[in-house]
Amino acid sequence: MNKNGQNRYTVGVLVSNEPGVLSRVSGLFSRRGFNIESLAVGPTQDQSVSRITIVVLGNDSSIEQLVQQLYKLIVVRKVRVYDPANTVERQLVMIKVAATAAEREGLMRIVEIFKAKVVDVTRESLSLTITGDADKVSAMIELLEDYGITEIVRTGTVALQRGNQIMNSELFDL
Amino acid sequence: MVPRVIRPKREDGCFFTIPVLYGLINEKRVSSLKLCGAAILIECLIEQGTETIFGFPGGAVLPIYDELYKRSDRIGHVLTAHEQHAGHAADGYARVTGKTGVCLATSGPGATNLVTAIATAYMDSTPTVFITGNVPQTLMGTDSFQEADISGITMPITKHNYMVTDVTKLADTIREAFFIARTGRPGPVLVDIPKDVQIAETEYVPVTGDALIPPLSASHPTMQLRPVGAALERYKLKIEPFAARAVELIQQSERPLIYYGGGVILSGAERQLLELANLVDAPVVSSLMGLGAISEADPRVLGMLGMHGTHAANIAMQRCDLLIAVGVRFSDRALGNAATFAPNAKVLHIDIDRAEINKNVTTTLHLTGDARTVLDLLLPRLEQKTHATWMRQAQSMAEEYLNNDLFEPRKILKTMSEIAPEITVATDVGQHQMWTAQHFPFIRPRQLVTSGGLGTMGFGLGAAMGAAKALGEPVVLATGDGSFRMNLTELSTIAYYQFPVIIVLFNNGTLGMVRQWQTLFFGKRYSQTTLDRGPDFMKLADAYGIGHARVNTVEGFRAAFSEALSLRAPYLIECMLDIDEMVAPMVAPGSPIDSFCLN
Ligand SMILES: Cc1ncc(C[n+]2csc(CCOP(=O)(O)OP(=O)(O)O)c2C)c(N)n1
Ligand SMILES: [Mg+2]
Repeated sequence: MNKNGQNRYTVGVLVSNEPGVLSRVSGLFSRRGFNIESLAVGPTQDQSVSRITIVVLGNDSSIEQLVQQLYKLIVVRKVRVYDPANTVERQLVMIKVAATAAEREGLMRIVEIFKAKVVDVTRESLSLTITGDADKVSAMIELLEDYGITEIVRTGTVALQRGNQIMNSELFDL
Repeated sequence: MVPRVIRPKREDGCFFTIPVLYGLINEKRVSSLKLCGAAILIECLIEQGTETIFGFPGGAVLPIYDELYKRSDRIGHVLTAHEQHAGHAADGYARVTGKTGVCLATSGPGATNLVTAIATAYMDSTPTVFITGNVPQTLMGTDSFQEADISGITMPITKHNYMVTDVTKLADTIREAFFIARTGRPGPVLVDIPKDVQIAETEYVPVTGDALIPPLSASHPTMQLRPVGAALERYKLKIEPFAARAVELIQQSERPLIYYGGGVILSGAERQLLELANLVDAPVVSSLMGLGAISEADPRVLGMLGMHGTHAANIAMQRCDLLIAVGVRFSDRALGNAATFAPNAKVLHIDIDRAEINKNVTTTLHLTGDARTVLDLLLPRLEQKTHATWMRQAQSMAEEYLNNDLFEPRKILKTMSEIAPEITVATDVGQHQMWTAQHFPFIRPRQLVTSGGLGTMGFGLGAAMGAAKALGEPVVLATGDGSFRMNLTELSTIAYYQFPVIIVLFNNGTLGMVRQWQTLFFGKRYSQTTLDRGPDFMKLADAYGIGHARVNTVEGFRAAFSEALSLRAPYLIECMLDIDEMVAPMVAPGSPIDSFCLN
């Protein structure tokens, strides 16, 4: 919970894969006063359906309202607020660090500890990718800050429920 | 576009032979025709039973207007002076009939002129379909002449919208648009059709009956709330435990109050609502949009709730121990202060829109569904209750009016209702709207046509003309001098078509509602609200060849109104009122609903 008494929720939305759908969904969030922390979108195994994963701040009643509003969009087929205890969350982050040859050694230790990957090296820089949940990523970023981060780019969080729980696009029957 | 499920062909092939409706098609004995997009659009409107389109032409809809010309035997068109009012007319048409209103405009400025009308229809949930032309797709995105991203612009104010990029999808898109507009909680749907799609040709396969319902969107969650057949049985099972709990709440209550809104009228649940009130033996209060759902002649009716609600309604709300809210969304104008609203009550909320539940008021129990469906399930379970003392208490709070000789708004409205108790009344927005809501006793649903949610000044004349077109009988427009200035350009339209709109202009020489707030909350600093300027409304009416009278007595009004009714033609009655007339009672915004700042 943050200082405004808000929690972080990860919401999965299955939508029809068609032009404009992303702005319909993101427009709803901003219109209703929700701050999106991250948003990731891509097609699913069913070509006609895309899956959007949104991390958003709120409280239980505001999130309930959000879910109900999402369901009013004709393009939305299913909405799920993930239970953190039963969900695996990942984001991919690419980071470019200013690093001289002398600093590289220390950096490589951090890379190992976090199971990050080096994807590019030059005389003045090192580029890496890291995959993990939000906590792991921010822990690594904090350590890298000592070296001087010149660029960060993130995919946003995606999430999958554990075990047999499946989020399919079968329409909700009220 | 929502991806489509291929529609199964019926074995008897009856999709393809439609004897009367498509004389042309039958004559040639072909199962389908190659038509251009514009023609397909018109055929699809005819399929939907559209009789009248309200609209305004332009370059990007020329092919559509050309097809309209050819099909004028089957479908009519009303040419307004401004697209906004065409939009309000389609909305007014829908409000009085329950049918889907249709409006047509060109690209760019034509489309953007619709925005206020679309937002108005959205806030009041009226089933409407707005069709716009757009530039050819080859020019789209290049800032070409009269190009506007109208589907982007209207995304937050439509229930759904489309841009059709492929003529083969046009027919199903139109069918889906109508289905979405009228199903579940109704609302406006916009279909934007680029000019190249209007011109491109494809096979048009006419359909009727069930085939008019698009399979995919029909199963969307928001569309399932008035279930029939097997779906109704499933719905009954699911709602069962909650209905039982609702019955319990009702049985336990000693001071029940029913609060109803526009949803009752949209659902056609008026009879069920009255039956509920009688069984529960409860007083009833209405939202602005609900007025007329129960006849105000019924002694149970305490009047409208809210900022300009009656004493009786607002006080009963604070005293009741069970609030049964049906088809109503707890607008802030009705609540006053949400935290102190109905402090002693458990809340049972029945609404078709799940998103309205717990949005502004926390409920004890809710039943999601169409008001009529839910009440039909609930009523047989209820026993007859009596709450004689509570009923008497609630009714005793009704206010008495003083009688003086002033020519004042409530007398105009009372006189109007004495002469024409059943007449449809459209309004603009301001004091005159609230006076109408308070003092004209609405005795049937769809009698009041008013912009409740958006509060659109300038709504009235367009809406009244849509209503008059639909009903073919005289309609009153209660308007103010400020609002009328926003739409008087449509006098030419009502004069040309001789729509029997009786304009009752409450001329107080001010933007009265704003002035009232300036009087009460801004130290009587009347910043930019005094309308000490033209036109001379009598000369104006004369210029359009419209009958007119200026009155400043009740007798004068009675005579003019009676004449207007007998003429069955457009007429303007200008009522000269004092600039300082107020709407009372009044609760200041954000105050508890029973603490009146004006009595
Ligand atoms: C399009 C629009 N602009 C501004 C307002 C704000 N507003 C609400 S009531 C009102 C005054 C209306 O004046 P008039 O039509 O003369 O009605 P009266 O209150 O005097 O009866 C105004 C300006 C509005 N509701 N709609
Ligand atoms: Mg006025």
